Amino acid sequence: MPKTDEEKGFVDVVNGRYKPRGVFHIIEKNQPIFNKDSGKLAGVTNPRDMTYIHSYGGEAIFFESLGKGKLMATRCDNDKCEAKGSIFEPFRIYCPDCLRKATIVDITEKAQKMAKIHSFIITHRSGAFNTLPKPIKFINVEFDKEVVTILMSVLSVGEPEIGKRVVPIFRTKDPTYTIMDLMFVLEGTPESDLPEGFTY
Amino acid sequence: MIKFSDKQLRIPKLMRPVYLVTAGMSKFGRAFPETRTEELCIQAFTAASDFVGMTPAELKQYIHTCYYGHFADHFGDQLLGESVIHDRLGLDPLGNIGVKTGGATGGSAMWEAVKAVASGYSDCALALGWERMDEVPTDEGNHLISAAADKDWETPLGHMYTGYYAVMAQRYWKIFGKEEESFRKTMAEIAVKNRGYARMNPHAHGPMKITVEDVINSPIVAYPLRVLDCCLMSVGSACGIVCDEKTAYEITDNPLRIYIAAGSHTLRVADRRDMKVPLLPNEKQGQYDDLGKKFPGGNRYPGFTGFLAARVAAYYAYHMSGVVDPTEDLDVVELHDAFTISDIQTYEDIGIRPYGKGRDYIETGDAYVINPQTKKPGKLPSNPCGGLIGCMHAVGATGLMQIAEIGYHIWNRWDEIHEPEEKWKAFGREKPKDWTSLQVKGAKRGLAISHAGVGSHVTCTILMDPNKLIKED
Ligand SMILES: [Zn+2]
Repeated sequence: MPKTDEEKGFVDVVNGRYKPRGVFHIIEKNQPIFNKDSGKLAGVTNPRDMTYIHSYGGEAIFFESLGKGKLMATRCDNDKCEAKGSIFEPFRIYCPDCLRKATIVDITEKAQKMAKIHSFIITHRSGAFNTLPKPIKFINVEFDKEVVTILMSVLSVGEPEIGKRVVPIFRTKDPTYTIMDLMFVLEGTPESDLPEGFTY
Repeated sequence: MIKFSDKQLRIPKLMRPVYLVTAGMSKFGRAFPETRTEELCIQAFTAASDFVGMTPAELKQYIHTCYYGHFADHFGDQLLGESVIHDRLGLDPLGNIGVKTGGATGGSAMWEAVKAVASGYSDCALALGWERMDEVPTDEGNHLISAAADKDWETPLGHMYTGYYAVMAQRYWKIFGKEEESFRKTMAEIAVKNRGYARMNPHAHGPMKITVEDVINSPIVAYPLRVLDCCLMSVGSACGIVCDEKTAYEITDNPLRIYIAAGSHTLRVADRRDMKVPLLPNEKQGQYDDLGKKFPGGNRYPGFTGFLAARVAAYYAYHMSGVVDPTEDLDVVELHDAFTISDIQTYEDIGIRPYGKGRDYIETGDAYVINPQTKKPGKLPSNPCGGLIGCMHAVGATGLMQIAEIGYHIWNRWDEIHEPEEKWKAFGREKPKDWTSLQVKGAKRGLAISHAGVGSHVTCTILMDPNKLIKED
């Protein structure tokens, strides 16, 4: 059952520290586990409701930009680095070769014009806490030569195939500020077919 | 990094020879609802002491430091689980440490133990691993496994590790398998072989007598992978004990030389940049120049189709031990067959076959204990224990089980571990009427690959009869 607002936990940063407010764990009684055949005690359940905090640090701008319809990446601009000019998506705060802070670049347009499916997989299974509709169509997105990596994402509309052109879509209405605010659709998908809350 | 310096490519050196003296393993199963983890670990340790004719208490007298492989703390709801096991094994106050490298955890625990002995810190070290994934509901288990992917960039997408992994299989299937029916059949042959071999192993959790058709008709997990293409999820424990030369011969007359090396690659497959193929001793400069021509789309290395970590681990281990061509120089291998297709990828990564030709290892019959075509012994039998598909994948124990199995072949004592009627009975398993020995006759050298998920960590262990070394010290 979804929690009411009174049962939810929120966190702010105040004076340089994480400050929780609201309810963070609802205690649920443990239950004994018996062997149905022998009637003997085998163990106990240990139910627990936990909330983790994920610190985005230098990646925060990537996740914040998704809700604004922008795909941000980073590029090494260090003249002394062999990776100079390489664009990283997934976004890397530092260049993996020279460890200099990389320059943040907007690759929304590049993605709109160049993104292609490098590989994909369709799965009918998921783990607990999954919120994606099934089957899930995982795709790996390649851009152009400048982008030296291959982004993992989900194809929301259309059937995946290696080499097919795809276009990013963004959860601009009620963003979750997670990677779930970014998905892809096949090129040419009408805006009316996009999932609730998503725009090009 | 995509270019490596000479310093980084330096061949690792053990400061003194290290020997595997004994190994042991528990029964493996999907779940042990009425058994505590320590009971399985004690089972594995006791098997190791029995193997050298000692009591556990006698064997413990030799141990100086302990390396525990246990990957998923969050499954057991117990941090410092290593300390629990260490105490239950009665090994306090010896120094101990936990090792966690996903599916490669068992191999990595051995990597640490070998280095401890090689450096002179310890004369005898224990590497012991275990895993238990049966103590949470399956979907929560899937979520917990998916936490081994990047928590912000991957895990939220389905909370399902298969999704992050199988895209590699898909790419290999399309580029190198060319979506051919014959390739699909070869994948299935691996599942048939390994599940069939598991039938001869009382420890094994997933023995099955099946056909290629059964595999091809089994339910799809993530196309092209079907249920019978995938490894097991098991509970159990395995261990190995390594020593310097003097201590080794105090414990046994037949210790085995052990070499081990490790490699790594990005946790997110997404981050893999193109590079030149690092070559193994049996490969030639320029031999992969036309790979993209023969297999359109295959010019990206390692891309989604190769495991750089496995290649680098093999590179170090082959040079350390003098192996030039694994098919010629080795007699038996235990590979990390997480999926039939990743098994084929590994044949290429470790040089059993060149890139693009992995399938040939199965198709020629070389990978079988008895080559089904010639009815003669296979050139380099792979996974006679059943592997991860047929025997077990109890993450932290897997790499150690594989090392133990290679050891049993070289010790020529495979039958003693797998045949006794009493063991089958004690494990509550029925010994097949057609039980056959899978002892690789005359095995003197073997290899085990321990591999994590999408290929973030890989170890390569090589065991040799000390009278059959390739390279002088
Ligand atoms: Zn750089």
